[in-house]
Amino acid sequence: MGSVVAAIMTMGAIGLFFSVIISVAYQKLKVEVDPRVEEILDVLPGANCGACGYPGCANYADAIVKGAPVNRCSVGGMEVAEAIARIMGVSAESMVRKVARVRCRGDRERAVWISEYVGIQSCAAAHLAAGGGKLCNYGCLGFGDCERACPFGAIRVNERGVAEVDENVCIGCGLCVQTCPRGIITLEPVDKRVLVFCVSQDSGKVAKKACKVACIGCGLCAKKSPDAIVVENNCARVVDADKVTDESIEKCPTGAIVRLGSRN
Amino acid sequence: MIERALKGGVHPDECKLTAPSPIENFPCPERLYVPLQQHLGRKARPMVKKGDVIAKGQKIGEADGFISANIHSPVAGKVKSIDKVMLPNGVFDDAVVIDVDQESNSVAEPTWPLKPVDDLTPDDIRTIAREAGIVGLGGATFPTAVKLSPPENVKIDTLIINGAECEPYLTADHRLMLEHTDEVIRGAELVRRAVGAEKVFVGIEKNKPDAIKKFDGILKRKDGWEVVALKSVYPQGAEKNLIKVITGREVPVGGLPFNVNVAIQNVGTVYSLYRAASEGIPLIERVVTVSGDGVKKPGNFRIPFGVMAREVLEHCEARFGEIEKVIFGGPMMGMSIKGYDVPVIKSTSGILCFVKAVRREPYGCLNCGRCVEVCTLHIAPTRVVKLVRAAKWDEVKKAGIMNCMECGCCAYVCPSKIPLVQWIRYGKFMLRKMEAQR
Repeated sequence: MGSVVAAIMTMGAIGLFFSVIISVAYQKLKVEVDPRVEEILDVLPGANCGACGYPGCANYADAIVKGAPVNRCSVGGMEVAEAIARIMGVSAESMVRKVARVRCRGDRERAVWISEYVGIQSCAAAHLAAGGGKLCNYGCLGFGDCERACPFGAIRVNERGVAEVDENVCIGCGLCVQTCPRGIITLEPVDKRVLVFCVSQDSGKVAKKACKVACIGCGLCAKKSPDAIVVENNCARVVDADKVTDESIEKCPTGAIVRLGSRN
Repeated sequence: MIERALKGGVHPDECKLTAPSPIENFPCPERLYVPLQQHLGRKARPMVKKGDVIAKGQKIGEADGFISANIHSPVAGKVKSIDKVMLPNGVFDDAVVIDVDQESNSVAEPTWPLKPVDDLTPDDIRTIAREAGIVGLGGATFPTAVKLSPPENVKIDTLIINGAECEPYLTADHRLMLEHTDEVIRGAELVRRAVGAEKVFVGIEKNKPDAIKKFDGILKRKDGWEVVALKSVYPQGAEKNLIKVITGREVPVGGLPFNVNVAIQNVGTVYSLYRAASEGIPLIERVVTVSGDGVKKPGNFRIPFGVMAREVLEHCEARFGEIEKVIFGGPMMGMSIKGYDVPVIKSTSGILCFVKAVRREPYGCLNCGRCVEVCTLHIAPTRVVKLVRAAKWDEVKKAGIMNCMECGCCAYVCPSKIPLVQWIRYGKFMLRKMEAQR
């Protein structure tokens, strides 16, 4: 009986001793956590996609408390930005949603294929092996590296062999942009409805030989909408989509410049 | 004469069909497409414009920086334009398009002083190599002037002349050694003088007994020179392997031959250097082996740079409708080209044409270890590839992927036909990309 009492007493004493140390340490070594970080983290979607420019949602929440802009989360969009703004007591500036655009429409019929690629079925591998089967050196290879990189299933290679983005699903995280070995995917504001779907910098003669829908850098579109389109390195680029006239699009001899249908 | 053999490696069917064919001069076509990027390093800057009348051997592209090379016109003619052409690696790049004037004999004065070859100082020799646009003709096309300028605190004691030509099918170096033995030896003497080496070894594989005999007959009487007869193994002609086989020294990872006090040059390179020094002819043509079952008349041709593969194959009566694959270079390390509109450049040691391309679906790895056995650089290819496929990039780097020279032995012996080299190239590309993004 005596030994039981002794054991209980010893354990109790040890327990008491350590609990005192822990409670003192808790008070002394306490880390001040801003309660807002927790709140913001609850609001953020938790996808950890990195589109905001921070490694994950927790890092972004930390950064917001330290003064980062509240409207960087493209997954959550305006809704989340407003929620964070309420927590922080600031007003959310309007943010434009960005989506990925594959700047190539050179599919199996439109682009010229001069050889057959039989190696590893990956865009990066084909890019290294003489750039796959197409004559064009810039266009989409169609092996779907972007499709595998997208965590949201927003980009896929269509039946015609060119990657395509579903703008309703795309949240603009930019993972496909980093993955594409050809660098033909760019993030564009979703309301920019006129785009040049070609990035070929080859001279008009070479580009035209390689693909029916290539931008040949002729500059006709820029002539018709002088402030809205610029031509650099044999390739046109839309600067201000609102100012592009219909005539510019109609005049394009290859149909490389396209006005997208209205969003549904 | 001494005998040596490489450990590891493979021995594919040699198929040196064109070994008995003497070098023929290729008839110059009407138009040449001379690319400005024919070498390792920065692209040359164009020095001519549309409409310029140019002479044979005139400098048309100037080296842009230290690691770059001059480009010269192989013919007399008129510049039609500067346009894009497809290079053997599939990339479009600038080329000077020249309409050849078959009548004109105008030859440009060399941009270096012509002196008796015996009076040339090491600096003269470096100037000639730089001005004449000489690059390593073994395949890597590294500017020779750079290789002839080792750092000042390094003493080069050994020069190796590489006549191994271990790739199957290719016989360009073999024919050059047989037909221009004297020029090759004199060119080697120039390199020896430029780097200050005492010993010179000429490494030749035993599948070229006539070349070994010819060189041994001359070099026997030369003090400090020796022929090394090598057992035929691929990839013995790779720089690091040949140094290991001949001198027993191992070039450190990421190092260059001068780290082990060795200089090494291909026979084609020293021959071109000698021609530039003695006759004032810059590097404007090279010997190319045209072979494979896709051509009816294979042979060795001296082809000016800028001739399209299509013209070469027409001359050799290729069976155009049936060809499945055309390779620039050797079958092991060469590049398969897209279409026939690719010009011959300084790196083109061969144009191989095949009617049937081998195509097999890869199976899973059997862990048989054959790729590990043949790798001369002590990499375990199967492990590297498994790590690449699993995207374990830190471990991929630790496994030594960057040491791989892509000789292709591992993929050649793989019983499951896994495209090991392509996976390794993919892995290297991804690693570089990731480091650039960091």
